[in-house]
Amino acid sequence: METFHIIVLLLDATFRVATPLVLAALAGMFSERSGVVDIGLEGKMLGAAFAAAAVAALSGSAWVGLGAGIITSIALSMLHAYACVTHKGNQVVSGMAINIVVAGLAPTLGYAWFRMGGQTPPLSGDARFRSLTLPFAETMRDVPIVGYIYAELISGHNIIVYMAAAAVPICAWILYKTRFGLRVRAVGENPHAVDTAGITVDLLRYKALAVTGLLCGIAGSYLSTAHGAGFIRDMTAGKGYLALAALIFGKWRPVPTLFACLLFAFTDAVQARLQGVELPVVGVIPVQFIQALPYILTVLLLAGFVGKANPPKAIGEPYIKER
Amino acid sequence: MTQEKVRFGAPLKIPGWVNYALIPLVNLVAAFVLSGIVILIVGDDPLEALKVLLYGAFGYPEAIGYTLYYTTNFIFTGLAVAIAFHCGLFNIGAEGQAALGGIGVGLICLYLDGLPFWMIIPLAIIAAAVFGAAWAYIPAYLQAKRGSHIVITTIMFNFIAASLLTYLLVEVVIDPNGQSPESRRFIETTWLPYFHDFLAMPETPLNLSFIYALALSAGFYFLVWQTRWGYEIRVVGQNETAARYAGISPAKNIILAMMISGALAGFVGINEIQGVQHRLILDFTGGYGFVGIAVALMGRNHPIGIFLAALLFGALYQGGSELAFEMKSINKEMVIVIQGLIILFSGALEHMFRPKIEAAYRRIAPRRPVEAS
Amino acid sequence: MSEQAPALELRRVNKSFGPVHANRDISLSVDRGSIHGIVGENGAGKSTLMSIVYGFYEADSGEIFVKGDRCDIENPQSSIKAGIGMVHQHFMLVDTFTVLENIILGVEGGFRLADGMTAARKELIRLEKEYALEVNVDAIVGDLPVGLRQRVEILKALYRGAEILILDEPTGVLTPQEADHLFRILDTLREQGKTVILITHKLREIMAITDNVSVMRRGEMVAHLKTSETSQAALAELMVGRSVLLQVEKEPAAPKDTLVSIHGLNYLDADDVPRLKDINLDIRAGEILGIAGVSGNGQSELLEVLGGILTPTSGSIRFKDQELVGSKAFTARNLRKIGLGHVPEDRHRAGLVLSFSANECAILGYHDKPEFNKGLRLDRRAIVETCEAYIKKYDVRPPDPYLTASGFSGGNQQKLVLAREMEQNPDVLLVGQPTRGVDIGAIEFIHNQLIKMRDAGKAILVVSVEIEEVMSIADRIAVMFDGEIVGEIAASEATETRLGLMMAGVRENARNKKAAG
Repeated sequence: METFHIIVLLLDATFRVATPLVLAALAGMFSERSGVVDIGLEGKMLGAAFAAAAVAALSGSAWVGLGAGIITSIALSMLHAYACVTHKGNQVVSGMAINIVVAGLAPTLGYAWFRMGGQTPPLSGDARFRSLTLPFAETMRDVPIVGYIYAELISGHNIIVYMAAAAVPICAWILYKTRFGLRVRAVGENPHAVDTAGITVDLLRYKALAVTGLLCGIAGSYLSTAHGAGFIRDMTAGKGYLALAALIFGKWRPVPTLFACLLFAFTDAVQARLQGVELPVVGVIPVQFIQALPYILTVLLLAGFVGKANPPKAIGEPYIKER
Repeated sequence: MTQEKVRFGAPLKIPGWVNYALIPLVNLVAAFVLSGIVILIVGDDPLEALKVLLYGAFGYPEAIGYTLYYTTNFIFTGLAVAIAFHCGLFNIGAEGQAALGGIGVGLICLYLDGLPFWMIIPLAIIAAAVFGAAWAYIPAYLQAKRGSHIVITTIMFNFIAASLLTYLLVEVVIDPNGQSPESRRFIETTWLPYFHDFLAMPETPLNLSFIYALALSAGFYFLVWQTRWGYEIRVVGQNETAARYAGISPAKNIILAMMISGALAGFVGINEIQGVQHRLILDFTGGYGFVGIAVALMGRNHPIGIFLAALLFGALYQGGSELAFEMKSINKEMVIVIQGLIILFSGALEHMFRPKIEAAYRRIAPRRPVEAS
Repeated sequence: MSEQAPALELRRVNKSFGPVHANRDISLSVDRGSIHGIVGENGAGKSTLMSIVYGFYEADSGEIFVKGDRCDIENPQSSIKAGIGMVHQHFMLVDTFTVLENIILGVEGGFRLADGMTAARKELIRLEKEYALEVNVDAIVGDLPVGLRQRVEILKALYRGAEILILDEPTGVLTPQEADHLFRILDTLREQGKTVILITHKLREIMAITDNVSVMRRGEMVAHLKTSETSQAALAELMVGRSVLLQVEKEPAAPKDTLVSIHGLNYLDADDVPRLKDINLDIRAGEILGIAGVSGNGQSELLEVLGGILTPTSGSIRFKDQELVGSKAFTARNLRKIGLGHVPEDRHRAGLVLSFSANECAILGYHDKPEFNKGLRLDRRAIVETCEAYIKKYDVRPPDPYLTASGFSGGNQQKLVLAREMEQNPDVLLVGQPTRGVDIGAIEFIHNQLIKMRDAGKAILVVSVEIEEVMSIADRIAVMFDGEIVGEIAASEATETRLGLMMAGVRENARNKKAAG
């Protein structure tokens, strides 16, 4: 029973860690599937985290904060589009520039506005997304196994965790079953085909990047207004890159990406538990190794040692008509 | 324009100074204007800030020493990114390669410190190069032989390098008498000489590696433009099919260029670890690897341009810390904002002003002969 | 809308790319229900013109009328709306999509794909029947052979309600049978009242299928003719602006030793598809061996294997009595050292580095020769002097060794490549598509250079998709089809019909076995 409890707790932690990864990876999926490399997920999340926390602190409403986070993230995404789609700039450089600008700008503004060493005031009450208790969670708690899982694992998360869970099927549906999704997939494979089919390549990529901004905005807001209680500098701590790795590990497809995010989040949850624990055979596994594991796995996948990842064919190349 | 030119489709040539001086300058000004707006928003005077920044970077001997010390790092990483660019590769992993270079230097200075300084210094340089190059070799090999994209692998390798450094500092080389994750101090015979050791100037971190960086810049120029090996790297970078046709192995050159790149990035370890810190610490790479991309882009992958761009970022780093000191609403993150904006304008948005500037040049330039006749 | 108005009319259309005037005052009238050919050399501006009609490029000036109504065609949407469809030279298909997905892209019929799909499927099956364009709508396009992909493109246009169908060089990638099938389809389209515009530089196709023909030369429209009232020779003359000497003047060959002897050569590509099958060929000194065939039948692979770029799977290549297969010498670099020159098929992709100056291009592949190096460094002076000598001898214009390669015209670029490979004085020279995209004056020059080299006792292999070119310069002709040599004859015995049959895979030997295809 003890192991069972530990596993449930581990999975519970996994869900919390996985939420921003799932949202950011899905965000990256729309961008990359449309042919635009996005290493700026990190910056967009950080920007959204700051805006959400700042606005939530001022307005007292987490929802208003979320709106501000989304707007900020979409604005940054549009900047990426402006550089890479309109001006055919280098997509990697643009993403990195956004990451760096935000990493500087968020604490700079935070310092100027709140005078708290670059942080935002701690959020409480309605300024933060609180855990929701699902119906019957408490009454079911005593039902063996199922009830416990329901009460501990399924219930008791904040709304954004459930949004992330819902985002996977919704994004999959959009990508595979709608006109927009068909066009996004097409433009990432062969923008010339899309152009000659009478669809404006640039506008389509702008739209895809707007979706990226939206999802990244939710992911970032989660960090500062749901998972945490306020903005701290560098609070994304590489989650944007980790989401990117998950996206690649999931071969740019929604459901495998979800599992990649869960795997990476699980290693994170396990790492906290394994700290200093002596395991049979291997002994103590260094924390740093577990931290690096997602990146090592992604490299192995990319190298074709673990399956094969085929990126969208037109990814990274600005669309220029021939001549 | 003559009829001949029209037939051959050669557009009116834009002279070098437009391309290499005017356009980067315009991009830079745009970044500074936007930075000024940010400073206005946080409630300070941008012009005053610029003054403080310039004074802080160049205003007195000590400032210049600090500026050049930062410049040294940017020359290393700028050259590192540039050699990869010449081979058509985007090395976003200079940060991780620099970390490994530092580990190499640290291990030499910690474990071979019985050797005399004239052996330690070359050994440390070799270790920095070997460690940095080895760290770049893996992504290069995976790109050349297994087709995995170098941008993604080098990003991943940055994180892996950071974990590796942390592991070493926490578990292996940690100073048993200390609390924080860092090694013991190196003994003084392993230190790189400071400039103030043999020049009449105030104490600054500026050390011999600055001279080394300048020498490497010259070597870079020689290698890329004056030798058949540089020629091969450039052919691969510009046209892989042509390289294969001409019997130039893309795989070999990708690996070669990346290893040179990694070695160059690794030299940040010489300046930081052996030159200034004198112990192995966390995060000594301080984003130099990422800014190296901006340095290479602004410097148009040429050592002279790279030196100027490195000087700019060096000044920004040094002047920026002065700025955080002097101005009430500005903290050290402001420098990161300016950096990011420079990368944005001179890298991602480099095509924004170019067509307008070129068109303006075309409008003005051809008139001259007409007026003359 | 008038009943008599032509399906498509252009008035004084102009288009420039920077300083290049690609289309100059073009006027054109295409009758309804006709097949209208547009011929011209490569680079004459045909594709640009049709891209303007399709809205891919916007014209600088001029007017377009569809069925008598003036149309502002700014983008593909407006041209699709006007009933114009285009099959591009390079197919505009998403390889990972099914045929159905490709066809509905842009006209999905609602936000939910499922809404439009069923109707689209029904409509497609109807179209396939009506125009004899059978193709499985659920197949992944990337898995289909080129001929079928082209059908998908045609279906795509018809599905969008195209009344006017433009085909840009549609037969370049097709075997003769596939081309015949395509022409039957075009015939059906005409019978159903559609208007077809066929862009090509192959005069035979114009004569075979079109009702009217317009000729373009250097960005201008130079003639509009009824096909029945003209001839290939007349069209050829209009295309190039003067009578063409199709036959190069040359003495009969005096072949000597066999310098390259190929036996049982096989090559499988990365996907294990056989690209070369049991090739046997001899290349002799003092002779030009021509390889004819529709492009994509293994000629490129043959050149790249012989040039040391690809490694053959099996077989033997003897080069001046030295076995190459399996030896250290068998790399592009080492082959140059033992006397093999190689003018690649595609000078932009392989022969030059377009961003390099002419002088740096002049040493590509020979950059490690002692004459270009001084110790560690490249000998810049020697390189520039060599380049200047090439420029002078081959009349490259403009004569500037510092100009970037992209600044030269196609013909001059080709001369630069030829100079580099010929002036190293190789014993064996491989030449791929010697005159592709080269202006007429340069063609003659290049042909004469090749003959001169032959007369100097060198062994030359020329691969060309231009049947006339092979016939005029080669002494012996081998024809490739589907990775095999289907026949080898003396140039003096070659006729277009004979070669044409072989190019379609029909063997001439006793059993007259027909190759698969």
